[in-house]
Amino acid sequence: EAGPGSLSRCLAYLTSFPSPSVWQDQAEQLFKSGHTNNWAVLVCTSRFWFNYRHVANTLSVYRSVKRLGIPDSHIVLMLADDMACNPRNPKPATVFSHKNMELNVYGDDVEVDYRSYEVTVENFLRVLTGRVPPSAPRSKRLLSDDRSNVLIYMTGKSRISNFPFSSQEPWPGHGGNGFLKFQDSEEITNVELADAFEQMWQKRRYHEMLFIIDTCQGASMYERFYSPNVMALASSQVGEDSLSHQPDLAIGVHLMDRYTFYVLEFLEEIHPASQANMNDLFQVCPKSLCVSTPGHRTDLFQRNPQNVLITDFFGSVRKVELTTETVSLKPDLSSMGYSHLKCHEDEELAEPLSYAAQLPVAQIIHQKPKPKEWHPPGGFILGLWALILMVFFKTYGIKHMKYVF
Amino acid sequence: MAMAAPLVLHLLLALLLGLGGQSRAEPERDSLREELVLTPLPSGDVSATFQFRTRWDSELQREGVSHYRLFPKVLGQLISKYSVQELHLSLTQGFWRTRFWGQPFLQAPAGAELWVWFQNSVADVDKSWKELSNILSGIFCASLNFIDSTNTVTPTASFKPLGLANGTNHHFLRYAVLPREVVCTENLTPWKKLLPCSSKAGLSVLLKAERLFHTSYHSQAVHIRPVCRDAHCVSVSWELRQTLTVVFDAYTTGQGKKDWSLFRMFSRTITEACPLASQSYVYVDISRNGQENESLEVSPPPTSTYQAVILGDRKTYAVYDLLNLATFSGSRSLNLQLKWRQLQDIGYIHYQPAQDRLRPHLLEMLIQLPANSVTKVSIQFERALLKWTEYTPDPNHGFYVSPSVLSALVPNLVGAKPANWEESPLFSTMFPTSDSSSYFVRLYTEPLLVNLPTPDFSMPYNVICLTCTVVAVCYGSFYNLLTRTFHLEEPKRSRLVRWLANIIRRIRGVPPV
Repeated sequence: EAGPGSLSRCLAYLTSFPSPSVWQDQAEQLFKSGHTNNWAVLVCTSRFWFNYRHVANTLSVYRSVKRLGIPDSHIVLMLADDMACNPRNPKPATVFSHKNMELNVYGDDVEVDYRSYEVTVENFLRVLTGRVPPSAPRSKRLLSDDRSNVLIYMTGKSRISNFPFSSQEPWPGHGGNGFLKFQDSEEITNVELADAFEQMWQKRRYHEMLFIIDTCQGASMYERFYSPNVMALASSQVGEDSLSHQPDLAIGVHLMDRYTFYVLEFLEEIHPASQANMNDLFQVCPKSLCVSTPGHRTDLFQRNPQNVLITDFFGSVRKVELTTETVSLKPDLSSMGYSHLKCHEDEELAEPLSYAAQLPVAQIIHQKPKPKEWHPPGGFILGLWALILMVFFKTYGIKHMKYVF
Repeated sequence: MAMAAPLVLHLLLALLLGLGGQSRAEPERDSLREELVLTPLPSGDVSATFQFRTRWDSELQREGVSHYRLFPKVLGQLISKYSVQELHLSLTQGFWRTRFWGQPFLQAPAGAELWVWFQNSVADVDKSWKELSNILSGIFCASLNFIDSTNTVTPTASFKPLGLANGTNHHFLRYAVLPREVVCTENLTPWKKLLPCSSKAGLSVLLKAERLFHTSYHSQAVHIRPVCRDAHCVSVSWELRQTLTVVFDAYTTGQGKKDWSLFRMFSRTITEACPLASQSYVYVDISRNGQENESLEVSPPPTSTYQAVILGDRKTYAVYDLLNLATFSGSRSLNLQLKWRQLQDIGYIHYQPAQDRLRPHLLEMLIQLPANSVTKVSIQFERALLKWTEYTPDPNHGFYVSPSVLSALVPNLVGAKPANWEESPLFSTMFPTSDSSSYFVRLYTEPLLVNLPTPDFSMPYNVICLTCTVVAVCYGSFYNLLTRTFHLEEPKRSRLVRWLANIIRRIRGVPPV
């Protein structure tokens, strides 16, 4: 954690540099960012086996974020399809990010909050704005407040058609200006996203936000943002495709997208006390490696990106206050007396209980069936009979009515 | 002195009472039992069933329960908040193939299945059901929130409560199944976290996702129900059972032998029992020892065996008690191994396949025959059809397959000395014997006469005749019609002959030529 570490570093500076103003600057620096907790919303929006790389992208960011300290209770992970236990996966319960299966980003301790059909635009916007139904469990809510730094990572396809082949490089995906597809059946536009962020700002649901998107024409997704304290990164500019990194011949699909691959490599070197800042993240994937030009947007952000630590968003840095006061805990005598009382109460019930018969044939046969409720005939049947009667009397004349009734 | 004595007594009494009051420590009201059952299946695969049972002697319905020890708090709060009487949730991937694997202990449908009995005090069962399934979807990372009225039913005759129940009004039962639900590590992780020892000690160290999902059947379940606390059954305890059944199919997929070990299956071994468990056992099903000419051997040797009638069959289990330190004698870890042995060793086989018109099949086997048994050896072969010139003149007789030869060393019942060849009669010295414990004998089976389809040998002649006739008639006619030209020709004759012919014609009255 940066708290005590930095404090001890501050003290160290105190001993080595006699002037106290330097120490004060350091201390101020420490408390300047102003956030007290971290949240992460990681979304993968594509379905089907050939989009393995999008799930691997999201899981590698999940892995880095967990490693740097954000707990599962503060991460909302949305995966639109299951790759690890997919019947096509030659190594079940694994999702690899490097070829030759070097790094299993799925791991043994993973909690997916929204999976499969639950990953929809509506659910994503509800998570962001906090308007979830009252029955939604805690793990599916984004319970951020005005002192939270929120990281939002999205990856998927934003191409109008799913046709994978183009005259360009292997496995582009991609070509949609201003939208991101969810499971190939609906899409979210940049306007909706910007409005959702504004709602979050109005409801004080974030202190600062970092938005990263890895898809084609990713820069189009952040060009409509207008809420303050939002920093955005994208893997490609408008008009460019975001390309995938490398296929693995054993698994048979592309494992990662280039941008997230190099971001993961960068994040693997970050540890909770690291001082790397956002400018380093902006340099992560130059055009020579990524083929597309990653973009970023910092005009809405109030601090200088130079002063923003990577761990402000990717890690969970707690500010720790040390105190030397002691607190004494009183023993809870009331519960012991109560439980003693309960023991006596139990012994008063003397009738033995029994287990139910699993297949009581006689009882089942003699069950009275529930009487079916009578419903009046519906409009269609009534209309049909009216039509038949009308046609009959028109044809044969009204004098036949006495024979009918 | 006399004053001090009662003072000391008072002090002592106060101290005793004080101690008694505060150290009247709660007897532990929950207990954990864990067990693992390893069953070799008839198809050659192995099934492993884990069961973790936490029994909690408490009345959850009354308020004020806030101390949870082994029983997970999240489930305890669920039971008290929604007045659940019984809860059964299972997540399964794959299908239990009863035909190949025999009967399972507890089967579950593919996907997710949830059925719940609510208490009689619940007013709106459907509302509680909806909220309960949402909460469970958050706990187990499964899409149980898709359970609604379109996939929920209220069975009227089946799914009676498995625990204690007073009266069964089916109005309080709800059942739903989601066949599309996928089971993966994200469902196993929270399931493991509900165990008292999590995945750090005891049998749960074997639960590694990479091995557990590389199986043809994976089923994990949570069962909560009230049970009798003891034989008198006057008070109620809550029982939480977490079960996990997997079937490792290395043998049928051809990746392994029928022998298995814990390390090979789970890539781990057991190092200790869960310290919080009161009982921790591993059972290995050895009922199939001695059947079908296969014997199995379990190592290390079990501490005891257990026999019972399970699902209608008498079964024998080798029992390993993990709380007994003797199980881990020597090594720090327990790696159970099972090896299959064929009782009949085929020690030597030589087989030379046939080549058409070159050489026949040759099969030689050395077999050890067990006593009081019947051994059958059979071989399938095909005879190819011959060319028509290769048949014998009487092919309807059939074809012979040469008899098989059995050479055996038969043990002597009566001891005999080796014979001296020159002095013994001729009939006892046919086969040389090295020792007097057994004698050599060579037996032959009957030859086999096989009736194969006989071709009709007149057919070549018939075919030639017919073909030639057809060719001659049809082709010849067409050829003639196409290539012959007809023109008229006058025959040339001499004057004398013509003069004679005219005279004869004049006599006859015919016009002259």
